Amino acid sequence: MSNTETKEAAYKPTSPNSKLDFASVWEYAPAPQDSKFAEVKDQYDLFIGGKFVKPSKGRYFKSTNPATEEVITEFAEATQKDVDKAVKSARKAFEGEWSRISAKERGKYLFRIARMLQERAREFAVLESMDGGKPIRESRDVDIPLVAAYFFYYAGWADKLEYAFPGKKPEPYGVCGQIIPWNFPLLMLAWKIAPALAAGNTVVLKPAETTSLTALKFAELVKDCGLPDGVINIVTGAGQTGSEIVNHKDIDKVAFTGSTNVGKIIQKSLAGTDKKYTLELGGKGAMLIFEDAPIDQAVEGIINAIYFNQGHVCCAGSRLLVQEGVADKVIQKLKDRLETLIVGDPLDKNTDVGAINSKEQFETVNKYLEIGVNEGAEVYQANCDVPENGYFIRPTLFTNVSQSNRVVQEEIFGPVLTVQTFRTADEGIEKANNTPYGLANGVWTDKGSKIFKVGSQMRSGVIWANTYNKFDPTSPFGGYKESGVGREGGMHGLAAYIKN
Amino acid sequence: MAEERIDVKKTYKMYIGGDFPRSESGRTYKALDSDGNLLANACQGSRKDFRDAVKIARGAFGGWSSRSAYNRGQILYRIAEMLEDRRDQFMKELGPIGFKTAEAEADINAAIDRCIYYAGWTDKYQQVFGSINPVASSHFNFSMLEPTGVVAAFAPEKSPLLGLVSVIAPIIAGGNTCVVLASEKYPLPAISFAEVLNSSDVPGGVVNILTGFREELAEHFSTHMDVNAMCYTDNLPQEMKKLIDENASLNVKRIVKHPVEDWYDEEVQSPYFVTDFQETKTTWHPVGF
Amino acid sequence: MKYPDFNQTISIDEVGVEERVSRLNKRSIKKDSKVQALKLALSMIDHTTLEGSDSPGKVIQLCKKARQPHPAIPDLPTVAAVCVYPRMVSVAKKELKGSGIHVASVATAFPSGQAPLSQRLDDTKFAVNEGADEIDMVISRGAFLNGEFQLVFDEIAAVKEACGDAHLKVILETGELHTYENVRKASDIAMHAGADFIKTSTGKVSPAATQPVTLVMLEAIRDHYYETGKMIGMKPAGGIRTAKQAIQYLVLVKETLGAAWLNKDYFRFGASSLTNDLLMQIVKQQTGHYQSLNYFSND
Repeated sequence: MSNTETKEAAYKPTSPNSKLDFASVWEYAPAPQDSKFAEVKDQYDLFIGGKFVKPSKGRYFKSTNPATEEVITEFAEATQKDVDKAVKSARKAFEGEWSRISAKERGKYLFRIARMLQERAREFAVLESMDGGKPIRESRDVDIPLVAAYFFYYAGWADKLEYAFPGKKPEPYGVCGQIIPWNFPLLMLAWKIAPALAAGNTVVLKPAETTSLTALKFAELVKDCGLPDGVINIVTGAGQTGSEIVNHKDIDKVAFTGSTNVGKIIQKSLAGTDKKYTLELGGKGAMLIFEDAPIDQAVEGIINAIYFNQGHVCCAGSRLLVQEGVADKVIQKLKDRLETLIVGDPLDKNTDVGAINSKEQFETVNKYLEIGVNEGAEVYQANCDVPENGYFIRPTLFTNVSQSNRVVQEEIFGPVLTVQTFRTADEGIEKANNTPYGLANGVWTDKGSKIFKVGSQMRSGVIWANTYNKFDPTSPFGGYKESGVGREGGMHGLAAYIKN
Repeated sequence: MAEERIDVKKTYKMYIGGDFPRSESGRTYKALDSDGNLLANACQGSRKDFRDAVKIARGAFGGWSSRSAYNRGQILYRIAEMLEDRRDQFMKELGPIGFKTAEAEADINAAIDRCIYYAGWTDKYQQVFGSINPVASSHFNFSMLEPTGVVAAFAPEKSPLLGLVSVIAPIIAGGNTCVVLASEKYPLPAISFAEVLNSSDVPGGVVNILTGFREELAEHFSTHMDVNAMCYTDNLPQEMKKLIDENASLNVKRIVKHPVEDWYDEEVQSPYFVTDFQETKTTWHPVGF
Repeated sequence: MKYPDFNQTISIDEVGVEERVSRLNKRSIKKDSKVQALKLALSMIDHTTLEGSDSPGKVIQLCKKARQPHPAIPDLPTVAAVCVYPRMVSVAKKELKGSGIHVASVATAFPSGQAPLSQRLDDTKFAVNEGADEIDMVISRGAFLNGEFQLVFDEIAAVKEACGDAHLKVILETGELHTYENVRKASDIAMHAGADFIKTSTGKVSPAATQPVTLVMLEAIRDHYYETGKMIGMKPAGGIRTAKQAIQYLVLVKETLGAAWLNKDYFRFGASSLTNDLLMQIVKQQTGHYQSLNYFSND
């Protein structure tokens, strides 16, 4: 370009408030993560008593890759007889070897698991993305490192439990039945198994039917670690299998993560028994953005809050509440930011938003998109390409919504954000709390005293102040109100696995 | 010869929002002494009485939970002072329902001491059970306890004063408000205790005491959608237990079951009874310039 | 023209800025898009020498390299400009005649700026008279940290006037501003006072350019564009030595400001050793072989 041209371009007047153009002269080429090294068998059996065993009724169900709709493997369906076998083997291990070894040695098994997970991290990340549709960037940088970190953290607690419960002599429950969801398959397994084992329990765990792959790979790893047989049992199947676990008479404690609806069914089915339970359920997190907030970081926080893991996050910040004075600015910046989100192949290293986990969930989210439009909301979607096959949904904003809209009240569990405004802190807090849920909320302001006041008035188990969707094994997590009972993570998470 | 004086009997009403109303239903039942003689007509609290009490307890929650821990401790201590001051009243009430003098004295002593025990915990449980969590990222992360909200409780049937105090104190020490159903058979000490509360500095609505029948009220206690937790310490009939547990699932109510045989045992007083009615809140904030 | 109240601070969260950069750094740039980025980065370089020991000979060599970065690949883009001290402007100007490569000169008592304003203006006028197409000035950081924002603004405006037709790049010397909020404020002052470009660093202070600082400045440019419709350019300078870093900066620009800024009119790298690393990577992409500096001229 010549000298004169340069000058003309520099002074070329452009109209104020014209839109930025993110359709670039420079596009990223596909950057696929190598996946060939991650072995997937055609079929997986149940992991009971340290062995892989065929399901008693011989039934298997298929698992598909939500990004391609192709079948990748099939899992055994555990029925009542299989669950009984798993519980018996867990009981035998609890009364036998697992209780006999010292707490210190118990901890060392967990350390060993943590290390081996770190060694095979990339393999697990690839499988997690293939099976569940989450971007490899997240499974590689968030899920799997955290899985190892949770095991590492709880490993150290095994021989130090009395320091976590002053005045008590901590004792394990016995056999724990654990049921986990499909949004963070291996991470939820870690949240369940690591503290349970550290406290001296044995477990029967059921992964979600759409995302069982990494749990069974984990079972292989457990074998490699030489853990005593029966300490960890993994049974696959759908709701019926879960119900067999919950209702098995020899289960001492039930730990469930999933929807509030299913959580209520579990709580109800445990009625009248002495089984203990912890529930980690749904949410409808609000983010309060005040006028004095660091706006650009807040916008990035919103992106992490709702488009992380396709919005399949129980603590997702799915309701944005912006103070009126900055509402236009925030929405404008949010729309700009949506344009740079890359939706597509979960195994591409540049993908920001992957595939919706299953056909069923894809239909649910689409149903809510329709509901939102019918309720009169203004819809804005990222102007991006999505693959033809697979379950993909463009990151979505709903503006012009109110507290009474279903899209504002109900957990969508997808990449859908609603935007409302507020004038005063009191009004913002009132809107944030105006829900039966209470898992997580966010607040964005530059003023320290405001953070403490707003944070203390929002009724939820997690407050993310000037950040969102952060997780750490030392940090307790769990809900108020209908978002659950009990905590996972941190010292408080141990209480879920200790007799009271 | 002087005429024999007719003593004036107290009308026992319920305690809701700092007032002593009768049941809206107008119903009463007979509270008897251990020989089967009428002591008083107790109110037979109804579904609507419970509804009113929950509404008031919810209204009182914001104020009570935001009192300083120091202030709540002082108020619990004040309850102990008032209780001490009214020993004679409780001696008179416990005697006819089967407490020997020494037993009644022990019961009142223990009840007073229990208030003081929990008064001392108000500004300490947070330090013992809260935490600062060393997360791996550049964030300051801490967990603190916050009250669960409105608690509905069945007071112990066989320990009409000490048991009642032992249940109420940890609930309110942690900033919750509550609606408590008094011992069905021996409801009167609970109402007298309400007078103690009313003459101490407990804000109206923080503790609400109903009298009436568990069989009738269990359903309403456990189904109310604005009740966050329900507590009972007796071994309830299996059917009632199941009913309460099942109904609790309507809004994921926390069920706190604390089977207690002997309320004199110091083992039953514990900070864990406070934390049973607490939620852990974890806050994250970046650390930077 | 209405200016914002520079005493008001726009709040910026340090951890949030750094997290955003770390996420942008995870973009994986491969194959064609990498080659395109390498060439783009090469075309955006202000090939720089700013040493006390600079001589006409050194500057001439630098200019030759600017014109022909790597003879083995003749169709490569040239760098955008060479950047020298005022006394070397006439040498560079002569050497680059007809190439389309600009001559940029630091001025205003670079790098400290600690001279009377009149001298700094003379310095600027001298460089412009010698033929500089672009002037890289430094702001008065002492005055800025002292809260004398109007003074900083007025000085920039005066230098801008002294520049005449030459483009003005305003160096904030972010390494001396300490906080992102200061960087943001200095960016706003500079843009409102007439900067055509805002630039991170002189290269004489550590830290020099960093990606988080650059992101904060790009976001300031974005907000300025939305408010005024005026596009301001961005120049990180100092410490950018590798092709990998350069591509990361381009990702920042692409995802913050979009296509319009992805050219040398609106984005520059102030660098010296970056050129050869880009060349090595370009050759590696062509041949598939990792390269050695022995095959690249070190001017």
